[in-house]
Amino acid sequence: MEISKATLLEMLRRMERIHEFENTAVDLFKRGQVKGAIHTCFGMEASHVGVCMALRQDDLIAGTHRSHGHNIAKGANPKYMFAEILGKETGYCKGRGGSMHIAAFDTGSLGALAVVGSGIPIAVGAGLGFQMREEDRVTVPFFGDGATNTGNFHEALNLASIWDLPVVFVLENNHYAVSTNVEYSVKIKDLSLRAQSYGMRSLHVDGFDPVCVYEAAQQAVEWARKGQGPTLLVTECYRIDGHYSGEPQVYRSREEVDEWRKFEPIPRFRTYLVNNGLASQAEVDAIHEEILVEMQEAVQFARESRQPDPSTALDYIYAD
Amino acid sequence: MTTPTKERDATSLGAKTTLPTDLFIQVKEGEEAVELSYQEAIREALREEMVRDPSVFLLGEDIAKHGGAFGVTRTLFDQFGPKRVRNTPISENTIAGAAVGAALVGMRPVAEIMFVDFSGLAMDQIANQAAKLRLMTGGQAKVPMVIRMPQGGGAGKSTAAQHSQSLEVWYAHIPGLKVVLPSTPYDAKGLMKSAIRDNNPVIFLEHKFLYSARQMVPCADYSLPLGKCDIKRAGSDVTVVASGYMVWHAMTAARALQAEGISVEVVDVRSISPLDEETIGQSVRKTGRAVLVAEACRSYGPTGEWTAVVVEQAFDYLRAPIVRVTGRNSPIPFADSIEDGVWPDCDDVTAAIRKVME
Repeated sequence: MEISKATLLEMLRRMERIHEFENTAVDLFKRGQVKGAIHTCFGMEASHVGVCMALRQDDLIAGTHRSHGHNIAKGANPKYMFAEILGKETGYCKGRGGSMHIAAFDTGSLGALAVVGSGIPIAVGAGLGFQMREEDRVTVPFFGDGATNTGNFHEALNLASIWDLPVVFVLENNHYAVSTNVEYSVKIKDLSLRAQSYGMRSLHVDGFDPVCVYEAAQQAVEWARKGQGPTLLVTECYRIDGHYSGEPQVYRSREEVDEWRKFEPIPRFRTYLVNNGLASQAEVDAIHEEILVEMQEAVQFARESRQPDPSTALDYIYAD
Repeated sequence: MTTPTKERDATSLGAKTTLPTDLFIQVKEGEEAVELSYQEAIREALREEMVRDPSVFLLGEDIAKHGGAFGVTRTLFDQFGPKRVRNTPISENTIAGAAVGAALVGMRPVAEIMFVDFSGLAMDQIANQAAKLRLMTGGQAKVPMVIRMPQGGGAGKSTAAQHSQSLEVWYAHIPGLKVVLPSTPYDAKGLMKSAIRDNNPVIFLEHKFLYSARQMVPCADYSLPLGKCDIKRAGSDVTVVASGYMVWHAMTAARALQAEGISVEVVDVRSISPLDEETIGQSVRKTGRAVLVAEACRSYGPTGEWTAVVVEQAFDYLRAPIVRVTGRNSPIPFADSIEDGVWPDCDDVTAAIRKVME
């Protein structure tokens, strides 16, 4: 399949946007400007972008506590995301959600659901709604290797399978559930095998390669859109940062992390584009510079915004 | 309080298989009405809403041909088919989660959890997702869904510790949810219609013993407000606050005591949450006496909350200490001889009323 230059550059742009968003968020966090915790997605940029580039705007994603990248990949604006993690009224969730709960309904992001595995049944239900209304929209729950050990995962895959729902389950194997390595928590080596017990097809790809993920996601999305049922798409990646930013990571060695860093998707993808004549070094560099400026402006917007008025503390508990 | 060794009273409500149809008359004079059981009233509300609104659909375990554990959805599968009356595998968490997801994209799911006792399996989706999504997303999300759950026990229909609990406070404690526990067929139908039309997650608790209770219900479309108590009987000497099946005990006791010249007002907390504190407060300010009756366990149960409301709203008007009549702090045992001691009955309510009248 031929992928246009515009698509390839947009992939790079979104990956850079995710990466620099996380760098900036960590910087804000270290300076004490973000309360709570920041769960970064370094190492998973290609997986997020490869999947979301295969979706339409009206397709829906559901994320996790680690979903800055999912939101950006689906098209969220960093301005409103920074505003959200700084607890500002101008944030996507008007400062009610914070880093772990960014939802951008206008881009098709249903929300970041921070109880591990909980977004999976919700995405299944959204897919059910689309199927019942005969809309050709697709839903994508993102989750990690840890979530595959929850009941949510097993119940939801089974239900989506028996009802042929338009859902692409994206299992991003970043190898860690907080401190627990997937080799400890799961007996099988290949997580895509789990689809078999639900009579579901699966795809298993290199999650550091956005093109590889994109092509697999396109296939799975097409099946779902045509009413041919769900797919489990496993992308192999790695969580380069700790569970949260600043977490001491006593459970793994620096050597292990350094070994995986060699696969970091952005440097690899840049080299791939330039070496194959798909983009010039100048074009690639320009995207990086463009993103750095975008981040500065976005943070400035967020900083200048106000926190919600205290009198609105009880807003949004119930809908009218 | 009841005692575990009390003998069955053949004349009390608890031992009867049918409930008196004349205890509650809620239709207006001259209004066209039909006699329905509580089970039928819920079914007709579901049917009428499914006809009215194509986004309403049902999902749950064995709800299709089988009609659900208590037959509530029977015949709906034949009328609406497998697309809108959806049998699910035994996956409580995903039943609730799928309802949340469908609601987020504009459907109006009505999920059935077979017994409220099983809802612990669905708790994350109900308490952490359904209830919080609106706030967490700053108002972007709307979660119009209903979860129907049979609860309660007693009167020989007991199914022991894991199928008989009254768990309304589990859900009433979570902001973002609405909790309903109707006591009559009239209320069940009108509240179900409101629950389906509401744009928030509504926990709809159905008392198992009441499924067979019959009453005249209007033929015309009607709905009842969520978040309001209902005065089932006006009185001037004592206020009995009750919900669910306990309202029947309260009404029976009130009718019997009328002969003795005791005028009892019965406030039905048919909407557990949000709680209509004003109606409870007003009633107790009028009567000066309060008896609070709930089937749920005593500790941290509904009557504790209602007590606080009475104290906050009517302390200066109280002429006697509040008396609570509640379920005991015990898992529900099986044998009749000990099970009967766990739940309050009509005699307990009568005794409590006499006590506050002393």
